[in-house]
Amino acid sequence: MTDIIKTDAVIVGAGPVGLFAVFELGLLDIKAHLIDILPKPGGQCAELYPEKPIYDIPAFPMVTGQGLVDNLMKQIEPFNPQFHYNEMVDSLEVLGTPQAPLFRLKTAGGDVFECKVVLIAAGGGSFQPKKPPVAGIEEFESKSVFYAVRKMETFRGKRVLIVGGGDSALDWTLNLAPIAERVTLMHRRDDFRAAPHSVNAMRELVAAGKMDLVIGQMTGLKGADGELSAVSVKGSDGAAFDIACDRMMPFFGLTMKLGPIADWGLNLHENLVPVDTEKFETNVPGVFAVGDINTYPGKLKLILSGFHEVALAAQKANRYIYPDKKVVFQYTTSSSSLQKKLGVA
Amino acid sequence: MVKITFVDAAGQSRTVDAEEGSTVMEAAIRNDVPGIEAECGGACACATCHVYVDDAFMEKLPKAEPMEEDMLDFAYDVRPTSRLSCQIRVSAAIDGLVVHTPEQQG
Ligand SMILES: Cc1cc2nc3c(=O)[nH]c(=O)nc-3n(C[C@H](O)[C@H](O)[C@H](O)COP(=O)(O)OP(=O)(O)OC[C@H]3O[C@@H](n4cnc5c(N)ncnc54)[C@H](O)[C@@H]3O)c2cc1C
Ligand code: FES
Repeated sequence: MTDIIKTDAVIVGAGPVGLFAVFELGLLDIKAHLIDILPKPGGQCAELYPEKPIYDIPAFPMVTGQGLVDNLMKQIEPFNPQFHYNEMVDSLEVLGTPQAPLFRLKTAGGDVFECKVVLIAAGGGSFQPKKPPVAGIEEFESKSVFYAVRKMETFRGKRVLIVGGGDSALDWTLNLAPIAERVTLMHRRDDFRAAPHSVNAMRELVAAGKMDLVIGQMTGLKGADGELSAVSVKGSDGAAFDIACDRMMPFFGLTMKLGPIADWGLNLHENLVPVDTEKFETNVPGVFAVGDINTYPGKLKLILSGFHEVALAAQKANRYIYPDKKVVFQYTTSSSSLQKKLGVA
Repeated sequence: MVKITFVDAAGQSRTVDAEEGSTVMEAAIRNDVPGIEAECGGACACATCHVYVDDAFMEKLPKAEPMEEDMLDFAYDVRPTSRLSCQIRVSAAIDGLVVHTPEQQG
């Protein structure tokens, strides 16, 4: 865990723009590691609209969100990028000088990276769980209210209430049912988005009396000192009642929050990072911001703009990493050296 | 043009003109109606365009598609009259539509 990972570039965020940055850096022999809080690549395209069509990617009359991500993954394969998923980049520390930048990044999970340039491709921010709109929930968070399961053991023998109707809610219902004293699943309607086989498995457990299913919505929390004793509920018929429980896990999807980036010493304008339009560099030399996270006069939050931005940022990154290398402009079509890097020559 | 009235959580109402074929969400955004965020721009992917349709109009609207119902799971305080305004098409049949914006979006 404590081994420092040393590399040329760290890319914060594996959305479409972070992924294409690997390509543009790779052509310049710059090795990259990508870090994302999500368990998979693709950012908004993969998380918010994998099956929806995109019509404005040049030379793709139509491609789905996931289709674009799959193609980008294929395109950057020759550069062997290293992915670190389920990791939030927590801090950025400047170790070097403006002429010879060096940075240390730490993740919430304790990984440490040292690199010469940082590309912030954090989009709308890191994906974080949405909180249910009940007063005082903060008091219970990480004591008796959890948005993710780190250790299943901590739920052993507890009365657990799981709220939601998607795959996370159903998966944890099924996983925790054998361990918990009692699992109750609550959803606003008797219809579930989750995979049909897990919905069926859940209904079988309910029929066998091994867990409870409640149709309703949460209205309040009861308990003291961070320990939950019950959740107040409005049933589908409007009746109010309480569900006694020791642990609650709400699964209301994800929302994007700027998160720790706000504390990295970067200039911010309305939660966006201002950059110049020559190098897409921030106020900290060696730290670039590309894609939805940056702002400049005329900025458009389009994938196509992000692709352009990484091509230019990579040129400047190249000068920090290889200060003595002569810069020659080359086409992938005709340059044998670029084709060697791509594994096609 | 079709008239649509948005009533906010504090009870203030705003009536705007909407083009047939556009969506109720678009009418709100074009007219700077507060209380609708529409982060995803109408792709039925964010649930921040949640509204409560006035009882009198519930019957006149086509029912929500399964995709909209799924996305409504992510809205706050969902009621039987809840809809995502980006999925409501504007037509002459709903002229005078009244929708209430919730206290909080997403
Ligand atoms: C419904 C919808 C439809 C769209 N349609 C189009 C379209 O047709 N055409 C178009 O061009 N654009 C479209 N967009 C916009 C497009 O998706 C974005 O412009 C694009 O995703 C931005 O890419 P990005 O890589 O900058 O950021 P994102 O895709 O937002 O990815 C950023 C990633 O960084 C991660 N991250 C952030 N902070 C941290 C941190 N501190 N630690 C770890 N990880 C972090 C996030 O978890 C996320 O995965 C659409 C968007 C939506 C929501
Ligand atoms: S605008 Fe996002 S769901 Fe309607």
